[in-house]
Amino acid sequence: MQIHRRSFLRASALAGGGFLIGLYPKSSALAQNPRAGDASLLPSDFVRIAPDGIVTITARNPETGQLSRNMLPMMIADELDVDWKDVRIMQADLDDKYGIQFTGGSTATPNNWDPMRQIGGAARQMLVAAASQTWSVPESECTTASGRVIHKVSGRSLCYGELSSKAATMPVPALKSVKLKDPKDYRIIGTTTRGVDTKDIVTGTPIFSIDVTVPGMLYAVYQKCPVYGGKPISANLDAIKALKGVRHAFMVQSLLVPGKFINFLNDDPGLEPGVAIVAESWWAAKSAREKLEVKWDVGNWGKQDSEDIARRADEISKRPAARTLRKDGDVDAVFQSGDVKVVETAYVFPFIAHAPLEPQNCTAHYRDGKLEVWSSTQTPQNGRQIVSRVLGIPEGNITLHLVRGGGGFGRRLYNDYICEAAWISKTVGAPVKVLWTREDDFAHDYYRAGGFQHLKAALDKNGKLVAWRDHFIGYGEGETFTHTGHLDPNEFPSRFVPNFLMQASVMPLGLKTGALRAPRSNVYAWVFQSFIDELAHAASKDPVQFRLELLSAGPPAGTQGVMNAERMMGVLKLVAEKSGWGKRSLPKCTAMGVAFYFSHRGYFAEVAEVTVWPDKKIKVNKVWVAGDIGSQVINPGAAENLTQGAVVDGMSELLQEITLKNGGVVQANYDEHPLLSMSQTPSIEVHYLRSNNPPTGLGEPALPPILPALCNAVFAGTGERIRTLPITKQGFSFA
Amino acid sequence: MINLTINGKHHQFDGDPDMPVLWLLRDELNLKGTKFGCGAGLCGACTVLVNGEPTRACVTSASDAANASITTIEGLSRDGSHPLQVAWEELDVPQCGYCQAGQLMSASALLAKNPDPSDEDIDTAMDGNLCRCGTYIRIRAAIHKAAQLGKSKPGSLATVPAGKDGY
Repeated sequence: MQIHRRSFLRASALAGGGFLIGLYPKSSALAQNPRAGDASLLPSDFVRIAPDGIVTITARNPETGQLSRNMLPMMIADELDVDWKDVRIMQADLDDKYGIQFTGGSTATPNNWDPMRQIGGAARQMLVAAASQTWSVPESECTTASGRVIHKVSGRSLCYGELSSKAATMPVPALKSVKLKDPKDYRIIGTTTRGVDTKDIVTGTPIFSIDVTVPGMLYAVYQKCPVYGGKPISANLDAIKALKGVRHAFMVQSLLVPGKFINFLNDDPGLEPGVAIVAESWWAAKSAREKLEVKWDVGNWGKQDSEDIARRADEISKRPAARTLRKDGDVDAVFQSGDVKVVETAYVFPFIAHAPLEPQNCTAHYRDGKLEVWSSTQTPQNGRQIVSRVLGIPEGNITLHLVRGGGGFGRRLYNDYICEAAWISKTVGAPVKVLWTREDDFAHDYYRAGGFQHLKAALDKNGKLVAWRDHFIGYGEGETFTHTGHLDPNEFPSRFVPNFLMQASVMPLGLKTGALRAPRSNVYAWVFQSFIDELAHAASKDPVQFRLELLSAGPPAGTQGVMNAERMMGVLKLVAEKSGWGKRSLPKCTAMGVAFYFSHRGYFAEVAEVTVWPDKKIKVNKVWVAGDIGSQVINPGAAENLTQGAVVDGMSELLQEITLKNGGVVQANYDEHPLLSMSQTPSIEVHYLRSNNPPTGLGEPALPPILPALCNAVFAGTGERIRTLPITKQGFSFA
Repeated sequence: MINLTINGKHHQFDGDPDMPVLWLLRDELNLKGTKFGCGAGLCGACTVLVNGEPTRACVTSASDAANASITTIEGLSRDGSHPLQVAWEELDVPQCGYCQAGQLMSASALLAKNPDPSDEDIDTAMDGNLCRCGTYIRIRAAIHKAAQLGKSKPGSLATVPAGKDGY
């Protein structure tokens, strides 16, 4: 169990060596405290203080590179009032006592901000109570600093390590009653801390899911039908089993219902049909697979083709939309009134893949009705539930170790690879590591849904936007969109235009779709902020000015989840100022573009400066980012890293597409679905506007604006509007 | 029987000669630092040095590497003392971290030949190493920083420390 070495050693030191004294509540009343979500989180589950003052803090969320392994413990440590150098971080496995363990939706900050600080504060309060009893002085005379309780009047102090045994006997305060620090007293929150795993990463220490080894482990590859919903009829299993190193080869049928839509994570069937090859080494399994011959029943989707889909969408666009998602005022009356300028166009965007660099993998060991799993997943609770259903064993019989993942981006919200490993281990009666090839990953993703947006808008004689109509053609059945392929009726500029009509039609789809970093926003930002840019130019207005006027026209404050115009104007003005918008003379072929977008509670505006050469090669010179994610940026260095990464990620998305031919995915590897390279990466300047709002996440909201900002800059420089992605469809590429 | 030197230590391999060096390292020798990303030489996550040259271990067979000297991330230094590892830690380069071993190995080949590279030199040397998280700005800065550290510590940029036992 190489991978788990560190956590295991720590855990065993606690359990066996006994040199760590936990901050445990002793009272039986507390021990029996029913646990219902975060309300029952206990300090002892998160904080352990050793006699030498070393504090071990549990990070409850799975880590896939979003850097929350540091951030959550930082919240606890600051309220606990210890020095960061004395903090050690332990990754939690899946356990209900930790409450919600989930990575996605930029939720780590908003969901943990209160409970993690309360846990730190509660533990601190128990230590103060212990000191006050020891000294027989009132708690109100005790203060804390750097892992010590101090009684200033008498000049005494005790370090937390000396107090931890006694503190464990103190009553646990109700978390909501814990008094939290004044933000001006923060010493860890708002100060950069270095990634807890960085040293292991740079020394090649085995800390990733793919690095897990278990004694007696076999290796498996799993061949699924290239067409979604297809299943194996027969295969040359005997020939495969005769190959060197191969131990088992068998077909797997599944719970999958072909053609049924997957709308929620919990409806994920988890295990698709296929053929498993289990061997003594992964290379042997993979080599055997080269000789595998499978006869497939491709099911309903064997003729699916991207060109047919595009033709069908074009036909649908000429007909009335199937249904209305939002209607304000009367757009048709405005369009027909005659004294408005009408702009009409369509934006087209493809499916794209997640392709985290670590291919999907999982190690599972089934024995005696119980399952132990080592894997990276963003949704361990969902994973346990699905695996329980697939194997037909109770959730309580499943142990899930949360191992670092080499990127998530939403792919590891889905637990198909865990189901495969569990099933194969159960079938062969040995621990098994399933590892996908990169080609498996591209062929069997939960793709970001593509779509078609037909837009029409009207400007009055003052260049004011007075009507907006959108006919979105996506995928689904009846009134149901395919998973994460829907359109939110609150999308900007709804509420900011008096006459607004949002309509949709859907086409059937035989492909899994899913959440990709900043789901929907990652491409709707491009659609709407590009079209708004067209309108600014049609109105002969400066693109920043046009947007500010548009934002001023709406309701200033919104409820949670709905954009607040004032906050957005704040970041838009900030990015204009920092980028020297309209104030710099630019060299030949060089221009700037702007865009903003609200998603996942975050406000981001971005400016891109590009030089476009006559051969349509785009050199992105610089990108400016302004974000408002509330009053605190908890780990500023990590935040800058993630924000710059979001810009790079968004630029990559401008180059990517997944297409279908004969029902299967055409693109098989990174040469056909590229990532930006170092030489294509611009300088990226990041600014945060600290507003008086609770802190929120940033992994996602920093991404969406770069796509339209960049395309708007290309328009400003060339007069050519990019309305189809990837940009290569119109002959553009990155220099 | 294939003879190889890995991180200064001699090894003999009598398995499938077509097995890529990547799997030889990871699954036969239990050196897990070298990562599998694409299996086609497209992403650079599996980069190791073969006779000092950055090489994609996923498309280099054991037989192609016969009699070669291979350096992996574990051979750069176990304790993180190579200037590149120090710089990577100081600038806290990684996000998910999965590509970084390959990035470090490509960078180590660059600095071994060119101890004071320009931005352009770095971009040229590093362009085949993809980072899905987009940490390129920090990678470039860390290579410059390592070059500085290397100046103050002669010999520290060597990719296989002289006289040191292999792993």
